[in-house]
Amino acid sequence: MKIHEYQAKEILRKFGVTTPRGIPCFSVEEAVVAGKALGGNVAVVKAQIHAGGRGKGGGVKVAKSPAELETYAKQIFGMQLVTHQTGPAGQKVRRLLIEEGADIKKELYVGMVVDRGTQRVALMASSEGGMDIEEVAAHTPEKIHTIFIDPTKGLLDSDADDVALKIGVPEALVPQARTLLQGLYRAFDETDASLAEINPMVVTGDGRVVALDAKMNFDSNALYRHPEITALRDLDEEDPNEIEASKFDLSYISLDGNIGCLVNGAGLAMATMDIVKLYGGSPANFLDVGGGATTEKVTEAFKLMLKNPNLKAILVNIFGGIMKCDVIAAGVVAAAREVKLAVPLVVRLEGTNVELGKQILAESGLPIISAVNMADAAAKVVEAARG
Amino acid sequence: MSILINKDTKVITQGITGKTGMFHTKMCKEYAFGAQCFVAGVTPKKGGQNYEGIPIYESVKEARAQTGATVSVIYVPPPFAAAAIDEAVEAGIDLVICITEGIPVRDMIRTRYKMQGSKTQLIGPNCPGLITPDEIKIGIMPGHIHKKGPIGVVSRSGTLTYEAVGQLRELGLGQSSCVGIGGDPVNGMKHIDVMRLFNDDPETEAVIMVGEIGGSDEELCARWIKDNMKKPVIGFIAGVTAPPGKRMGHAGAIISGGKGTAQEKLAVMEECGIKVTKNPAEMGKTLKSVL
Repeated sequence: MKIHEYQAKEILRKFGVTTPRGIPCFSVEEAVVAGKALGGNVAVVKAQIHAGGRGKGGGVKVAKSPAELETYAKQIFGMQLVTHQTGPAGQKVRRLLIEEGADIKKELYVGMVVDRGTQRVALMASSEGGMDIEEVAAHTPEKIHTIFIDPTKGLLDSDADDVALKIGVPEALVPQARTLLQGLYRAFDETDASLAEINPMVVTGDGRVVALDAKMNFDSNALYRHPEITALRDLDEEDPNEIEASKFDLSYISLDGNIGCLVNGAGLAMATMDIVKLYGGSPANFLDVGGGATTEKVTEAFKLMLKNPNLKAILVNIFGGIMKCDVIAAGVVAAAREVKLAVPLVVRLEGTNVELGKQILAESGLPIISAVNMADAAAKVVEAARG
Repeated sequence: MSILINKDTKVITQGITGKTGMFHTKMCKEYAFGAQCFVAGVTPKKGGQNYEGIPIYESVKEARAQTGATVSVIYVPPPFAAAAIDEAVEAGIDLVICITEGIPVRDMIRTRYKMQGSKTQLIGPNCPGLITPDEIKIGIMPGHIHKKGPIGVVSRSGTLTYEAVGQLRELGLGQSSCVGIGGDPVNGMKHIDVMRLFNDDPETEAVIMVGEIGGSDEELCARWIKDNMKKPVIGFIAGVTAPPGKRMGHAGAIISGGKGTAQEKLAVMEECGIKVTKNPAEMGKTLKSVL
């Protein structure tokens, strides 16, 4: 689960991380009031959307007067902000963060993720603040310093200090950097984060180490024990179909093709998208109905796929293990009737009770195209989608 | 022969009285030599009872002491599953198979930390388990699609493994053992660990390796194969069409920061002499072509 920058900063402050003073705003009027409340001459107007690359997309502006602040707030609030992470349609800006300006002397990078190889949390730090860490990793990997954190000891003073010096924190400010890094790790650990990034972490003219930006993602498997994090979810930032799917415990991701795919199991669902593409088609979605699909779940899955105006055909690919083919077949028939299916439907069933399943499909009277294996199914659905 | 488990393996089921635990224990017990393999269950506060004639104990330690079991399988719900693994490790179990999906990564980091230096091997979590056809199945895979033979299968996915097994069966090729290592980012045995065992197993003649996007375990395994593997290996990677930054169902199936793409994995596997197919319908056929 993702949250906004201002929410991440609120969490980090609780763990002793220094951030600029700032006020989240839900309208231009609030932004103007917030600017006055902060005082000072310089304020930063920051679009709050979940995607990165906001600055380059025109979603972050430095205002040097209250009048300028209002102008920028009007510009940014409500805009469709397009960044390299939003896709061409962009994301509507519904929240702003108004922050005091900072006198930046140095921009650095620090981030944390779970490293799969060492099975520990990795702290990555670099002198190249403000840039995409992927680019730094690709072009100047020697500028990234990584520490794998012992879960029983946390981030050691010595490791924090060492990394701070390596990325160019002035010696006198190393204790401040240590506080920030250790706070970042405790926040990561105690909130079950999956990613935490401060880019940039800055050294200011008045000798402070400050988290100028903040990004946090969380492990959705752990949200059950963090109601305070779950409360930060912003549904406006999520795909409505994916939200709908999650209500029915379906794993769904929208894609830009026209062939709907309904599959049991994540690996087989990915492989089904791949084979559709391989046979010249284009998948409209990833959809894993899971191991315990009921008629209700299958019906909801059909409804979801049919919301897509581009949909030209549907492929159901089921390898029944614990989930029996006859149960799935009954679900498919019921769903097709309920939604009055108007696009071609190709069904491939394999596994437990497959003959019974095929019989149910054949006797339904519905124009279901039956496939004998995955390749046959892909060929038939691509053909059907061409019309 | 086989790897990790056979008809003489004695198994403890942790979480035997939950809905999932009951259902799958019954299925496993009914498969091949299951009745002699599934010797104990563990559910706290239910010690002394039994399920399908399988005695239930208070703890893994007690179950092990009473039955001599060396393997455990876990169906405990996610909030308690990591602690269940810890319990099995502390009881000195040789092999723990954790089926549970949805364990927080933070819990698994701590569990794996505690496992350092222990003799216990872990498969999963979030996996279908493993099977040695016609002998024993431990997990949730459909037993009847398997048959005994010379092909090893290792995979991060459940149903995609069944797909591979189904294709082998169509071609008349049986399996020595099939291992689902699971779809979580922090887990136990990796492709490379299972591959080593297949390499040493005299009955395994060739291996299908099924991977998916996310992480770099497949690359690591491919490089090991290049230098060490004495048998042909073929591969498939799911997720060529997966968009970056999105979790594709499995917690570990995500392309992040441009890393963990299917293309990258396939390229390394080919470089290392593994015959790969981009067509998931041709895993069986590709395997047959290298025999």
